[in-house]
Amino acid sequence: MVLPQITSPHISGANRTGQLMLWVILATLPALALQTYWYGYGNLINVILAALMAITMEAAIIRIRRRPVVFYLADNSALLTAVLLGLALPPFSPWWLLLIAVLSAIVFAKHLYGGLGNNPFNPAMVGYALVLIAFPVEMTRWATAGIDLSMEDSLRITFMGFSDVNGIDSWTHATPLDLVKHKGAQPIDALIASPEMGQGLKAAYWVNFAYAIGGSMLLCLRIISWHAPVAMLTSLALISSVFYWVDPQKYPSSLMHLLTGATMMGAFFIITDPVSSATSRLGKLFYGAAIGILVYVIRTFGSYPEAMAFSVLLMNLAAPFIDYYTRPRSYGHQSSWWR
Amino acid sequence: MTDIFLLQGGIHPPQHKLQSSSQPLRTLPLPSQLILPLGQHVGALATPEVAVGDLVLKGQLIASANGTISASIHAPTSGRIRAIEQRPITHPSGMSGPCIVIDTDAQERWLDITEPVDYRQRSKADLLACIHQAGITGLGGSSFPTTVKLSTEASITTLIVNAAECEPYITADDCLLRYHSAQVVDGIDIVLHLLGYPHCLIAIEDNKPEAIAALRAALQNRTDIDVVVIPTKYPSGGEKQLVQILTGQEVPHGGIPADLGILCQNVGTLGAVADAILQGYPLISRITTVTGSYVGQPGNYRVLLGTPIEHLLTATETPLDNIERLIIGGPMMGFSLQNIQAPVIKSSNCVLVPDTQELPWPDPAQDCIRCGHCEQVCPAKLLPQQLYWFAKAHEFEKARQYNLMDCIECGACAWVCPSKIPLVQYYRFAKGRSQAKLVEKYRSDHARQRFEVREQRFLQAKVDKINRRQARITTAAHQQAEKTNHSQPLSSDKLPSVNPVLQLKQLKTAVALAQTKLKKATQALSDAESMQSLSRSKLATTVAALQAGLAQAEKQFQHQQQTMGLDPEREKSLKIAAVKAQAEVRQLQRTLDDVEESGRTASTEQLATAKTLAKVARKQLDIYLQGDHKT
Repeated sequence: MVLPQITSPHISGANRTGQLMLWVILATLPALALQTYWYGYGNLINVILAALMAITMEAAIIRIRRRPVVFYLADNSALLTAVLLGLALPPFSPWWLLLIAVLSAIVFAKHLYGGLGNNPFNPAMVGYALVLIAFPVEMTRWATAGIDLSMEDSLRITFMGFSDVNGIDSWTHATPLDLVKHKGAQPIDALIASPEMGQGLKAAYWVNFAYAIGGSMLLCLRIISWHAPVAMLTSLALISSVFYWVDPQKYPSSLMHLLTGATMMGAFFIITDPVSSATSRLGKLFYGAAIGILVYVIRTFGSYPEAMAFSVLLMNLAAPFIDYYTRPRSYGHQSSWWR
Repeated sequence: MTDIFLLQGGIHPPQHKLQSSSQPLRTLPLPSQLILPLGQHVGALATPEVAVGDLVLKGQLIASANGTISASIHAPTSGRIRAIEQRPITHPSGMSGPCIVIDTDAQERWLDITEPVDYRQRSKADLLACIHQAGITGLGGSSFPTTVKLSTEASITTLIVNAAECEPYITADDCLLRYHSAQVVDGIDIVLHLLGYPHCLIAIEDNKPEAIAALRAALQNRTDIDVVVIPTKYPSGGEKQLVQILTGQEVPHGGIPADLGILCQNVGTLGAVADAILQGYPLISRITTVTGSYVGQPGNYRVLLGTPIEHLLTATETPLDNIERLIIGGPMMGFSLQNIQAPVIKSSNCVLVPDTQELPWPDPAQDCIRCGHCEQVCPAKLLPQQLYWFAKAHEFEKARQYNLMDCIECGACAWVCPSKIPLVQYYRFAKGRSQAKLVEKYRSDHARQRFEVREQRFLQAKVDKINRRQARITTAAHQQAEKTNHSQPLSSDKLPSVNPVLQLKQLKTAVALAQTKLKKATQALSDAESMQSLSRSKLATTVAALQAGLAQAEKQFQHQQQTMGLDPEREKSLKIAAVKAQAEVRQLQRTLDDVEESGRTASTEQLATAKTLAKVARKQLDIYLQGDHKT
């Protein structure tokens, strides 16, 4: 009788990549709910459409790469990319915008680099950045906070375009960060006092809060580590408070920076993407802190009101470098700082 | 109470200890045959001391330790040696190895054992020899000969007794402590005596309350021994990890705990030491945990070494047909055994026979998503996912730079890996390949060095030979010169008064000598050439000097000829000789030019050799010329 030979360890924990991805997707649900509450069905439609597209494309490309389709689909990574894209892209984005974003994320940013685990850039952010640069008009039409649009109209906008629906102007609006960007010489206090800014901020705060809740859930489940988010939020808060202290009428407060735009989504769901970020604990701190600073710099001095995608992609490039210089000191070894 | 430090990393796999620890310690019935591999330990195989057909008594030495890093083997019971042959051994490779097979006679006749004297009166060397002779190795799983560890030169300030037993399922040490804590304490006392009474810490995980209680009862409030209860976390029982937990210090890379003044011993080993020193019993049995869903009577058994696993399973009512896999050791670091004929050996602390529900077949590996969970649990603080990428890409050198060799293969990384990548397997592969490459490099370096030394030796021998010969010639020349001086105390310008025939003879000898020297130089040149390097200028000088010498000899010869007409026959033969010598000088010159063309640089040693040669040649020439002038 010859028994099978299997190497140790013979037992393994309950962690599964597919489940981890699923947990991250679940953690976005509060934010999806709030985004739907404030901005209408747009993001919900985005998410569902993007998910369908992503799964189809993932299956197709796995098939082309001659890998077992079901096995690879089960890691849920394509689904997660699609959900993040759907949440990040403006509500009521045209279907082809979604298609291009998902295509570049799944096919170009992920599989052409060798599939899950081998992609140097965050796929969702590649998709986002590509459409942001290519289609600035569509990408800057964010829905008015507190919009009331039926599902039917929402779907019509998504598939047929804006012209088919009456009163378009009333439901697209500049986001708080847009308003800050284009406020000119107007003091911040006056801007905040304006009703459109007030409503926009309120919605943004709520949505960011929801992301923070979802992120905390992931932290509690130890699916993500605290290092990168904490470092990013801290650096963003610090740098913005320095500028705020210099001129509170010109530069928005830390609170506004932390709770508007994609700050919380980025902190908990984007920069924590393990594949494209730095891996060591110390490395994650540097990585997160650098993203926080880049976000502030691009938001404040760049030509785009939102900066998450660009900051993340830039730091993705730096991740291997950070990892190289932040190797932990192994047991019994001297610290490697001077090596 | 001793402070404890947190183990970096580590995991909390399900314990599964109750299956076996809830049962009492039992003794296994005697098997009909015992199979004792000669290599049950780290180090050289033991040398058999018995022949096939011999009757052996229980406790009799059947194979003796082959050197220091080796361990003796004793007959676990009385019987007859059936065979000394290759049998499947308890090893992950599934290989066979040399084993002594004993047919047991069920009489359990002991060897006569003299009552040992009190160990406090015995010398350290004597005690160590006794432990060595008893064949005791680390019973925690390492199977490293205990004497080697105990005879450390370092000054030990802390003895750490490892009772952590952090692997799931295994409860052998737990059981030993529950039933034989006094014996363990005796063992500790002996080791403390050997080490000059350092402080002793007994580390035990908090999931063994009964063992802790038994230990405390046996210790009776002693102050020199502390029982340190540590939190249950795998792999706290690793030697380096335990050192860190108990002292906060880290064993330096490439070092051993003794570098920190710490010595670690497993409780099982200490029990065996107590048996050997106090009772005179060699190591012939151990406590083995037999557990897993398929085992009918799971529990801890005192098993004779050499008991076939098959007998162990039958005796514990394990249906052999159902077995899907069998693991020796725990589920984290144990290995799967392929053949149940293999025996229980000194390091077999656990036999695990799981069903597929408790130990499912490994899942197919998914892609690494670099989640970094592995890094968080790595007790050696390595970067497991980085090592995995290196191993996968066959970048063994890089893996070494990332301290691959510090991996203790505890499997914590693979346990947490969400993609179920068999990480440890990758590390073993990389370690093996990396080691093989190093060995290869070492071997080629070694071979090259040997070749170089050999060449050097040959050259030196040649040089010595030439030197000796030259020395002889020099002496001869001196003697000749003295002789001439004695017989003819006149200066050379009064040549005509000397017997011309004798002088001509001498000159002829001188020409012959010059020829010989030229030949030597040619030989030296070709030698040097064969070494593909030489100091060109030195040799050129030699040749030039030799040429000058020859010319002078010829001149003298001619002068002599002119002074006194000689018989033409001799003159002719001498002329021929002179021409020959000239031809050789020319040839030498040509070779020299060739060497110049090849333009190779001489290594220092070869340069030195050439220098020696040149010096010798020049000296010779000088002496010769002097002698010549005198004549």
